[in-house]
Amino acid sequence: MTVDRHPLWTSLGIDLARNDEFLGMLGGVYPDVYLSQPQRPQGMAYFDGVTFDIHGAPIQEMLDEKAATGAPIVGTFCIYVPDEVILALGGIPVGLCGGSAYSFPDADTLMPRNICPLIRSYVGFKIGKLSPFFECCDFLVGETTCDAKKKTWEILDEIQPTYVMELPQRKGTMDRKLWREEILRFVRKMEEAAGKKLTVESLKEGIHRVNAKRRALRRLYETRKAVPSPISGKDALLVSQLAFYDQIDRFTDKVNALCEELEGRVRDGVGVVDREAPRLFVSGTPQVIPNWKIHHIVESSGGIVVGEETCTGIRYFNDRVDESPDTLEGLIEALADRYLSINCSCFTPNESRFDQVIQWVKEYRADGVLYYSLQFCHAYNVEFVMMERALKEAGIPVMKIESDYGDEDTGQIKTRIEAFMEQINQ
Amino acid sequence: MVVGIDVGSRTVKAVLLREGEIREPRVALGGSDPYETAVSLLKEYPRCPVVATGYGRHTLREGWADRVITEIKAHTLGARYLFPGCRTVIDVGGQDSKVIALDADGQFVNFQMNDKCAAGTGKFLEIMAQTLGYEMDTFARVGLGEISSVKINSMCTVFAESEVISLLSRRVGKAAIVRGLHEAMASRIASMANRVGVVEDVVFSGGVARNPTMVALLEERLKLKVKVAEAPELIGALGAALAAEGQIVHMALKKVNTKGA
Repeated sequence: MTVDRHPLWTSLGIDLARNDEFLGMLGGVYPDVYLSQPQRPQGMAYFDGVTFDIHGAPIQEMLDEKAATGAPIVGTFCIYVPDEVILALGGIPVGLCGGSAYSFPDADTLMPRNICPLIRSYVGFKIGKLSPFFECCDFLVGETTCDAKKKTWEILDEIQPTYVMELPQRKGTMDRKLWREEILRFVRKMEEAAGKKLTVESLKEGIHRVNAKRRALRRLYETRKAVPSPISGKDALLVSQLAFYDQIDRFTDKVNALCEELEGRVRDGVGVVDREAPRLFVSGTPQVIPNWKIHHIVESSGGIVVGEETCTGIRYFNDRVDESPDTLEGLIEALADRYLSINCSCFTPNESRFDQVIQWVKEYRADGVLYYSLQFCHAYNVEFVMMERALKEAGIPVMKIESDYGDEDTGQIKTRIEAFMEQINQ
Repeated sequence: MVVGIDVGSRTVKAVLLREGEIREPRVALGGSDPYETAVSLLKEYPRCPVVATGYGRHTLREGWADRVITEIKAHTLGARYLFPGCRTVIDVGGQDSKVIALDADGQFVNFQMNDKCAAGTGKFLEIMAQTLGYEMDTFARVGLGEISSVKINSMCTVFAESEVISLLSRRVGKAAIVRGLHEAMASRIASMANRVGVVEDVVFSGGVARNPTMVALLEERLKLKVKVAEAPELIGALGAALAAEGQIVHMALKKVNTKGA
C-alpha cells in the first residue's frame, strides 16, 4: 500500500540508511504518543497519514508541481517570511525548522553545541543529507530574527543559496518602512526566481489562499476553548506543525473537515478529557515535528494543553491580511502590517505580547501557563522575566520550562508539570 | 493506618502513619532496581492504603500505590506537619534540589527545581567525597568551623572533579577544598531560594540536611536559622503518608455525601 520512497530519496542524494533509521524512530514513538490517545477525532486520520509519509508524499507532490509548472520550491524558517508572495508567484513555500535531536551529531561537526536546538537540528539535517525537504528546495530564505540564525545563514549559503530578509527589531515608523521595502525586495527576488511579474490578481489570490488556511486553523483552535476540549493538545499541535509542510489548499479543506467534527463534539459536550482536567496554555518558542515533549508530558499526566502562543500555534495564524486594497502598494502595505503585528520576542519592547497572552489564557479558559523556552533561545528565555511579572499581576499561575530535544530531563519536567497541576488543583 | 513511600533516585524511604504517629521508618538504597527495593519495603508493612512519591513514584502505580503525588507536594505536607510555621522548604536530595514556597495556609504557591544535572545535589557531594577519599560523615564535618577555604568555580560535577584534582596537585589543603565545595553548593541553593523568595520558617529537608557544614553555610547565606527534622530524609515519605491519610478522609466524606444524596 505504501509507496517505496527510496528512489525519490536517492534522486535527492539523501543518506538512505540514516533516513530509514530516523523515520523508523519516528514510526516507533508515534503509536505511543499519538495513536494510543483516547477519543481521537476521526478527522485526525488524514494528519496521521501525512506524518507517516512525511519524507515521502509531500516531497513527491512538490516535485511534481515543480515539474508541471516550473514552480520554485522555497525553504523558510520563520513565520515572518510572507508565504503569500511565494504562492502569488507560483512558488511553493515549505518550513525547514528542525525538531529532532537525531541530527545534532551532524551539526556538531561544524557548529558550536551551545546554540538553540531548532537551529542545531536543521543545520544537522542539511549537512547530514537527512532531509528531503532541504534537498528539493531551489533556495532558502532566512531572516534576521536572532543572532544564531543570522550567522547560520552565512554558513548555509555556502552549501545552498540562502536569501536573507532583514526583519526590524522595533515597530516604529522607520521599521515599518524598512519592512515594507524588505517585502518589496523579496518580491523582486521571487519574480526573478519564478521568471514572472507579480500582479494585483496573483497577489490577491496568494493572500486569499493563506488567509483561508489561517482561518481554518483559527476555527480549529476556537473549538479548544470548549470545556472539555474536543481535541487533545497533541493533536491540535500536530495540525499546526503540518501547516508548514502540507499542500496548502488540501490542508485547509482537511482542517475545516476536522473542525466540522469537533464543532459537533462541542455541541454534544463531548471531550477528550474530564471537565476537571487541568487546562494548560503553552507560551514561548516553536515546537517543530517531532517535538511533542511538553504536550505529551502534560497529557500523560492527566492535564490537557488548550492553546499554544508559539510560532507553531496562535502566532502563526492569528492575524489576517486585508484583502481589500486594489493596488500592489496597498496589498504590500497590508501584508507588511499583518506580519509586523506578530509579537516575537526578537522585538524590543514587546509588551503587546504579554497582553495578548493574558487575553488568550482567559479566552481558552486555561488554569495556568507553561512558558516554554528552547535552551539557548536568549530572547524568549530573558523575556520570561517580564512575562512572569505580567501573568502574576493578572493572577495567572505560570511555570517556565527550559529544555531541548533530548529525553534526559523528561523525568524532572514530568515532576515539575505534575506539581504545577497539583498547585493549580489545590 | 497508612504508608507513604518515597522512591528517590538514590534511596527508597517509607513510613507508616498510625493515629498521627510516625512508625516503622525504613530506608534502603535504591540500587539498580529501585522498584524491587520499594516493593520489598512495602511488603514489610501491614496492608493499608499507600501513597507513592519520588522520582520512581509512577512505577508503583500498578498494584502497589493507591495514589501518586509529586515530591513537591509530599515535602510541603511533610514539612508543614513537623513544623506548622513552615513557609519555605529547601529540599536537597540525591538527584535534584528544590525550593518550595508555602502560603500561610500551607498550600504551595511557587517552587523551583534544579532539573538539568547533578549540580547542587547529594550526588555532587558524594562524588566529591569520593574524589577526596573521605567517608561521607567525615566529609560533611571537615569543612565546619573557622577554616580557610578555596574558591571552587565549577558546579558541574565533572568539571568540579577536575578542578578538585588540580587543586590537590597544587597541594591545597583538603579541608579547604571541602569547605569550598560546600560554599559553592550553598551559594547555588541560596540563590535558588532567593529566586523563589524566602519566608520563615525555613525547613531544610532531604538527606543533605544531615550535613552540618551545609546547614551552617546555608544559614549564613540566608541570614536565618533553618529547621531540620530528626530524620530529614523521611519528610517526603511522611508527606506521602499524610496524603494517604487525607485521601481516606476524602473518601469517607465522599461516602457520606453519596449517602446523603
